[in-house]
Amino acid sequence: MPSVCFYFQVHQPFRLRHYTVFDSADTYFDEFKNASICRKVANKCYLPTNRLLLKMIQRYEGRFKCSFSVTGVVLEQFQKYCPEVMSTFDALAETGCVEFIGETYFHSLSFLYSRGEFTEQIDQHTDLIGRLWGQKPRVFRNTELIYNNQLAETIESMGRFDAIITEGADRILGHRNSNFLYRPPNCQRVRLLLKNYALSDDIAFRFSNRGWEEWPLDAPKFSRWIDQVNGCGHMVNLFMDYETFGEHQWEDTGIFDFMYHLPEHVLRHPDNNFKTPSEIIDSYPVMDTIDVPHVISWADTERDLSAWLGNAMQSNALHELYKIEKLVKQTQNAAIIEDWKKLQTSDHFYYMCTKYFSDGDVHKYFNPYDSPYDSYINFMNVLSNLRLRCREALTEQNVAEQAS
Amino acid sequence: MKVFMLGWEFPPFISGGLGTACHGLTKSLSNLGIKITFVLPKPIETSHSTHVEMLTPAHYRPDQIGEEFIETTGELKNIRFHTIQSPLHPYTTPEEYQKRLEEIIQQKKLLSVESRQVFDQWLKKEFEGGHVEPAGHYGGDMYSEVHRYAAAAVRLALQQPDFDVVHAHDWMTYPAGIAVATVTGKPLVVHVHSTEFDRSGEHVNQMIYDIERRGMHAASKVIAVSYLTRNIILTRYGVLGEKVEVIYNGVEHEENNRLSAQQVGIRSDEKIVLFLGRITMQKGPEYFLMAARKVLEEIENVKFVMAGTGDMMHRIIEMAAQMGIGHKVLFTGFLRGDDVNKVYQMADLYVMPSVSEPFGIAPLEALNHDVPVLISKQSGVAEVLTHVLKVDFWDIQEMANKIVAVLKYPPLQMTLREHGNFEVRKLKWSGAAARCVQVYQDLVPAMK
Repeated sequence: MPSVCFYFQVHQPFRLRHYTVFDSADTYFDEFKNASICRKVANKCYLPTNRLLLKMIQRYEGRFKCSFSVTGVVLEQFQKYCPEVMSTFDALAETGCVEFIGETYFHSLSFLYSRGEFTEQIDQHTDLIGRLWGQKPRVFRNTELIYNNQLAETIESMGRFDAIITEGADRILGHRNSNFLYRPPNCQRVRLLLKNYALSDDIAFRFSNRGWEEWPLDAPKFSRWIDQVNGCGHMVNLFMDYETFGEHQWEDTGIFDFMYHLPEHVLRHPDNNFKTPSEIIDSYPVMDTIDVPHVISWADTERDLSAWLGNAMQSNALHELYKIEKLVKQTQNAAIIEDWKKLQTSDHFYYMCTKYFSDGDVHKYFNPYDSPYDSYINFMNVLSNLRLRCREALTEQNVAEQAS
Repeated sequence: MKVFMLGWEFPPFISGGLGTACHGLTKSLSNLGIKITFVLPKPIETSHSTHVEMLTPAHYRPDQIGEEFIETTGELKNIRFHTIQSPLHPYTTPEEYQKRLEEIIQQKKLLSVESRQVFDQWLKKEFEGGHVEPAGHYGGDMYSEVHRYAAAAVRLALQQPDFDVVHAHDWMTYPAGIAVATVTGKPLVVHVHSTEFDRSGEHVNQMIYDIERRGMHAASKVIAVSYLTRNIILTRYGVLGEKVEVIYNGVEHEENNRLSAQQVGIRSDEKIVLFLGRITMQKGPEYFLMAARKVLEEIENVKFVMAGTGDMMHRIIEMAAQMGIGHKVLFTGFLRGDDVNKVYQMADLYVMPSVSEPFGIAPLEALNHDVPVLISKQSGVAEVLTHVLKVDFWDIQEMANKIVAVLKYPPLQMTLREHGNFEVRKLKWSGAAARCVQVYQDLVPAMK
């Protein structure tokens, strides 16, 4: 009776423009690049996949369901650069078969540095989802599925989330598997939905890999793997980047056909169904408590923070960024606060990752910079300017106060 | 496997990267059991030998004027050195050469009767009684000197013809390489460390270009030090792609560099940005100065050290003064040995703004000394290094931006240093030597 639970992550950062130490303008983001990337990915992925899901929901008359976590920063870009993506999301929301998940508006690492900022960004995101699609997220996912016991406690104390999504990492599961609901220690309300990384990655990473022994992967084969969960699980959590469809796995790999036919084969087994995360937590009992004292994430094989905090540049940049939180907020200047928040997007720190850099792998593919060093220099130059703007704004405030 | 190798310079008497490269390569070849006869146009003064252990000149025969034969032991045990008294000097212009030559003529007569005969025979055959003045006359130009070196090399080769391959390093030795290969029938490998286009931009010396072209075309195999150089060889010299192999240079790893880390702590708070190389057009010293001026707009406590000499030295000193940054730029002259170590230990950043750099060993040495590196994208070494900063040599703004960043953000310097030092450890001469052996074996299939 496994329920298949799809959750797609939709995110694009506001990439920085080239900013040298000699620059002094207060425009930090590369409008042109962000617009063109957003449109490119919209045409390859967001638009065709949204339309595909709409078609699937119609074809299977509501028996196919899925969920999305869409960051605030990508929604801003959709509204600005390709509003047609917004209307397809609107259409999906109206079907009632799509659930929206809560996260930090800026796809930030704020949980690790500032709890105040963290909850502020979740509230901001929740407001936006409510405004756009009339949903109040019941399920939370943190940036890159970064998670530990403390995160669960923080979310529990916010009093409005029923579950958290995170990685089904082997080291937290031990002999258990990811196909059941779990609970964090010291939490009454919040439950845990864990990613089935093996089956998720079969679609997200291995689908088009001709060196993979299971290639080519088709819907009947994949649904047989889902059937095998019968008796050893309540659900199969397939969590992945939405860009899997059409961007990471190109259309000619057959990924859209695979997706379109999947429900047909999954639903052939009468015990199988599709559920959204909220339906999952309403349907199944908690099996056990999962203790996660150390931070985990869904990144790389390490499934830790090393992609964002693996070297001295990354920790320095993050440290310097959150060090000016008070200063930024004191200015009460909307533009300054907005820029500071956009600098928190985790991608900026991911670009500084030196892990695997020499090998030229997936990290490079997503990186607009030639090297992690260039990205650090750029970020720090922007941050220096932002700090300067804060000081100037505060001086002006003081002058104004003294004058009045 | 025995190799008859023709070079220009060898440590400790070096003026650039070629000597360093020959030393590293021959040492590793020697470790692989390759026997090398190394012919040099300059005498080696053994009293100054540092890391190369050599015995005193064993067979110095006055009748073979200007030739020395030096046996070595230790790490270069498979290498025998022959030097030919000659004013040939790797990084020189015909005008400079003329001056040096006159000095030497003052001291001694140059050519033995025997070698002149061999050479004249070869010259006749090669150039069909062409446009070249017979070398014995001493027209006094570099061209004939290059051929006199060739003649001497042929004579040496005929004395000990038991080698399998001729390996010639850069243009001055190509005529010698061609001559030795022609006379002995052994395959020729030419090793391109630099081309005339790197040294002179578009204003190439036609004579040197012709020598280079002839060498590359006569060779059975051409070794280029980078893909950048390989491209030049293919497009500018019309050599077929399948003949050109890329073998990157390496670097020797010296220990005891850790001292520098301690010295960093006790140094004054003045930062040091280092340029180390010949002060000549190819190395882009003026871009370094222009970037320095921009950096000084942003940061006060920094000094720019230019270590090296060259034909642009006076112009660069004047330029620094004209820019009003003369007090911030220090010129050390040519450094060698321990002085090089010292200057690296002081440096916060090494900058190589080369306009055209076939490879560039110096950045590897800087990384080896735990100094972060900023190199121009127009360098072959940029193909192999990832944990360095890269910039187009003409982009002064970006060069200054990156210099300031290194001085201003310590974690950048730290990360570059850690990863760079780790990365450079993978670039070993032993790898380059093994690839060379592969090239030899392909040419001499019978030998194993």
